Amino acid sequence: MKPMVEVENLRKIYGDGFEALKGTSLTIEEGEILALLGPNGAGKTTLISALCGITTPSGGHALIGGHDVVREYRAARSIVGLVPQEIALEPFEKVINTVRFSRGLFGKAPDAALTERILRQLSLWDKRNSRTRELSGGMKRRVLIAKALIHEPRVLFLDEPTAGVDVELRRDMWEVVRGLKAQGVTIILTTHYIEEAEAIADRVAVINKGEILLVEDKTALMRRMGRKTLRIDLAAPIDAVPAALADYNLELAPDGDALSYHYDTRGQDGTGITRLLQALAEAGLTLSDLHTTQSSLEEIFVGLVRDQEEETA
Amino acid sequence: MNLRAIQAIYVYEMKRFLRTLMESLLSPVISTSLYFVVFGSAIGSRIDQIEGVSYGSFIVPGLIMLTIITQGISNASFGIYFPKFIGTIYELHSAPINFLEIVIGYVGAAATKSLMIGVVILVTAGFFVDLEIMHPGPMLAFLVLTCLSFSLFGFIIGIWAENFQQLQIIPLLVITPLVFLGGSFYSISMLPPIWQTVSYFNPVVYLISGFRWSFFGLADVPLGLSLLAIAAFTGLCLTIIWLIFKTGYRIKS
Repeated sequence: MKPMVEVENLRKIYGDGFEALKGTSLTIEEGEILALLGPNGAGKTTLISALCGITTPSGGHALIGGHDVVREYRAARSIVGLVPQEIALEPFEKVINTVRFSRGLFGKAPDAALTERILRQLSLWDKRNSRTRELSGGMKRRVLIAKALIHEPRVLFLDEPTAGVDVELRRDMWEVVRGLKAQGVTIILTTHYIEEAEAIADRVAVINKGEILLVEDKTALMRRMGRKTLRIDLAAPIDAVPAALADYNLELAPDGDALSYHYDTRGQDGTGITRLLQALAEAGLTLSDLHTTQSSLEEIFVGLVRDQEEETA
Repeated sequence: MNLRAIQAIYVYEMKRFLRTLMESLLSPVISTSLYFVVFGSAIGSRIDQIEGVSYGSFIVPGLIMLTIITQGISNASFGIYFPKFIGTIYELHSAPINFLEIVIGYVGAAATKSLMIGVVILVTAGFFVDLEIMHPGPMLAFLVLTCLSFSLFGFIIGIWAENFQQLQIIPLLVITPLVFLGGSFYSISMLPPIWQTVSYFNPVVYLISGFRWSFFGLADVPLGLSLLAIAAFTGLCLTIIWLIFKTGYRIKS
């Protein structure tokens, strides 16, 4: 696999002094689906805008398909498709014309068969002669996707593609994304829906306040999600964890009235819960209650963002 | 050069024009006809010939100039302002095209539209007055150059404008007065001397004078100066366009 998108120390400072990207670095392999996850105002859209030519980076550089996005913008942009977050369409133009226009802008000859295929795939074929203002919000978003796909991009940026869309469109969109992946297209999607990242991404990057906090394989993240914590409430507080229980890496609550045990539901040797409970009984401890909790991607995400905010505070 | 992109923009803009063909052509034709009724027939019948040309014929070049200047500006400024306003400008930014190609596409389409309107007015005028074009070649050159330069100017306004008021303000406060006071409906020589001197500071005087010369061989200012004026104005617009391109002024954040 060779890198398709290489971002190195990319910075963006807007005219009002706001630093939207603080030296972001990221490498995306050809054919992978990367989910860029972050809260509102994290810098997701700015990063995509800088890569697609909508905004000029203030520093650092970025390559797409080996081409610098500023110096070799023609070569870089010719392989990039962008589905913007905001719906922006010329209201009086017919669907098929606006899609053809996009292909022309990318310097490609009209291709009726491809146009039909893409419009059919997005359930737009029957609406091809409708004016875009006559379409529903979901249909308009489909048109934006068709416009981004019509010039056969090798890299597709989807900025919040499923924000405010119905279930059917979301499912269709994921289908389209999977189909593109099968063709080897590299896909970067921003979202603040964690389920979306879980459903289709190969890797997840977490961004907040213009900085990438983590880039990790989704499966590795899921594995972290497989970790659970068992909280054992004790009937009577203790001063220290009994020596016989040292192997279990238990954490004693500050009040001494509870123990926490971390385990992995997908662990090779089982969870160890049965043995622990026996050992607790043998150590003479009386239990008053048990709770288990699981760290979700959401918690990992919120935890990362909170850590960063505490650091900068 | 991404020729297909230029073509795509040009065709897209022309289609927008053709969608509103009736409005686009009808309003200039009606207003021109009204000018002929008011100035040509009602008032013109009381005005003597101007250097051997009937008043009705005399105002034809000025009327055409008035229309193509205002149409060129409004078509081009709206053409580029509208995508900025509705957000579809993202597509121009993210496509493998440069600013020059965008300018050629939009300005080319706007200039074509105003040229078409200019020709329609010329034909309409032919129904009201006898028209003889003494120098057809230079007439066409003046027509095309004026359409192009004022479409360039309109494009600049469209880039600069941040709202609809700004889009209107320069055409309304600067261009319309300059055109009306630029000898569209009279010869500069009909003015008192002091206003003649003031008029020579109005660049539109040179355009209308040159254009009128191509019809009747009559000019308020020497032909060379008219050519220089249109060349200088085109050059100025091109320079501003180039500066916008170099600095990215109001195109990208």
